[in-house]
Amino acid sequence: MKILVCISHVPDTTSKINFTDDNTKFDTNGVQFVINPNDEFGLTRAMWFKEKQGASVDVVNVGGPETEPTLRKALAIGADGAIRVNTPATDGYAVAKQLANVFKDGGYDLVIAGRESIDYNGAMVPGMLAELIGANFVTNCISLEVDGNNVKAVREIDGGKETVSTTLPLVIGGQKGLVEESDLRIPNMRGIMMARQKPLNVVEAVEATKETSTVKFEKPAPKGAVKLISPDNLDELVSLLHNEAKVI
Amino acid sequence: MSVLVYTESEKGKFKKVAFEVASYAKAVADQMGTTVTAIAVNADDVSELGAYGVDKVLKVNDSKLDMFNAKTYANVIKQAAEKEGTKVVVVSQSADSKYLAPILAVNLDAGYASNVVEAPTSASPFTVKRTAFTNKAFNYTTIDTEVKVVGVSNNSFGLVENSASATSEEYSPNIPENGVHVESVDKASNKVSIADAEIVVSGGRGLKGPENWGMIEDLAEVLGAATACSKPVSDLGWRPHGEHVGQTGKPVASNLYIAIGISGAIQHLAGINASKVKVVINIDPEAPFFKAADYGVVGDAFDIVPKLTEKLKEFKAQNA
Repeated sequence: MKILVCISHVPDTTSKINFTDDNTKFDTNGVQFVINPNDEFGLTRAMWFKEKQGASVDVVNVGGPETEPTLRKALAIGADGAIRVNTPATDGYAVAKQLANVFKDGGYDLVIAGRESIDYNGAMVPGMLAELIGANFVTNCISLEVDGNNVKAVREIDGGKETVSTTLPLVIGGQKGLVEESDLRIPNMRGIMMARQKPLNVVEAVEATKETSTVKFEKPAPKGAVKLISPDNLDELVSLLHNEAKVI
Repeated sequence: MSVLVYTESEKGKFKKVAFEVASYAKAVADQMGTTVTAIAVNADDVSELGAYGVDKVLKVNDSKLDMFNAKTYANVIKQAAEKEGTKVVVVSQSADSKYLAPILAVNLDAGYASNVVEAPTSASPFTVKRTAFTNKAFNYTTIDTEVKVVGVSNNSFGLVENSASATSEEYSPNIPENGVHVESVDKASNKVSIADAEIVVSGGRGLKGPENWGMIEDLAEVLGAATACSKPVSDLGWRPHGEHVGQTGKPVASNLYIAIGISGAIQHLAGINASKVKVVINIDPEAPFFKAADYGVVGDAFDIVPKLTEKLKEFKAQNA
């Protein structure tokens, strides 16, 4: 089984979010970038398929050279090879188009992406990619078993979960549950050394027109200070929630 | 030309988000000078949609659609959009609609904007305001294609009544087979889901153990709220994973979020800060959650929560 894991290069959760160029660009100054957490769960599940079922695992990112350290980290965790499509990630559709091309060229059976990235939170790319390549698609996936061509997956739904059966080729929108937090791997020195020898192929982008454009960013208005209520005066809290906040 | 809105239902009844997306579709239709058509799948009574500005309902009733299937539903909505000559399709951001929207967008050659929180700021170019960076910023996006799909964040636009009487017509699209089959659904039917809840009561590690969740459930019950938990609590196995809210868990956009014994790690706040009003109860006055909350009580949850539940019971009794 050939697995392609999509890796989004995202600011660490604790990053300060600021914008430059008249609020049209994300300010990367001083920002630490990481593998998108939802993708990391998927990558770790892919490592399980590699170790237990002999799968090969490539990772891919659509972006400029600045994303290569993130791809190297995925290699250090254990991926066999990395591909960077050399073009800025403009919108979900344009990224899905590039990934569709990588999928076709590489002859993959299974694509594992995250349900969404933690920067733009679009939740667009996996579904669009599946549709572009004519693959089956399961998102919010919290369990994935592959037996030959047959797949059993569990996905989270509002208020519960559902079990589905499907076949390869398949695109997964993964999240926590595919593996647990405690299963995530921190690259060790051997992994980091080996990652340097592994191929990181830079491929040129195919033509893809974006369908949406960011005009500008805006930060939410600053929040007022918390109103503290004494534990001996919970009537006041009830009254505030009713009369002021109007939520009960 | 009309705006098409997919109004979700469950067991024949519309979900609250159906009325919210209908309200949103009406606002878009007004800007564009057109009408609203809704597509409803296996809903019993579609007349309710008229109250939120829907002019016409395409009623699809077919037992093959009893189980939600993203690709099949996307195909049905696509057929309806083409039949109506629709330029804008509006969907919610429920788990199901988030699943089908990207498939639908590719099928319609449409640009798709998700997490939209306000009516379009401009109809041409079609510009919408979306949340980004897990609610730490907004992103104004234009959709540049002729046909557009808009995903409206739950509990962001609200319900807008627009009394009109909706006409309805039976609609029988082709229902294609596809490669993903739902084997079983495991859903607690007697509980409010986090996605649908107007109020969410959430517990953290400060509660010391799963045996102490009774008071969380009591408080949730009096408020008609869903229960949720922080990541450490689900990692420790005190509560099921489905209750974990935060960046890697479920997002929360309720009217009221009550956090009990949760310190407020940035990853937790990222998942819940779309909630409108936040109350935090914590023994540690330095807990970072107090900076993100609207109302706070510093003190022992084991003392405060049962008292608060009693006060709320009295309040409910008086205001029943």
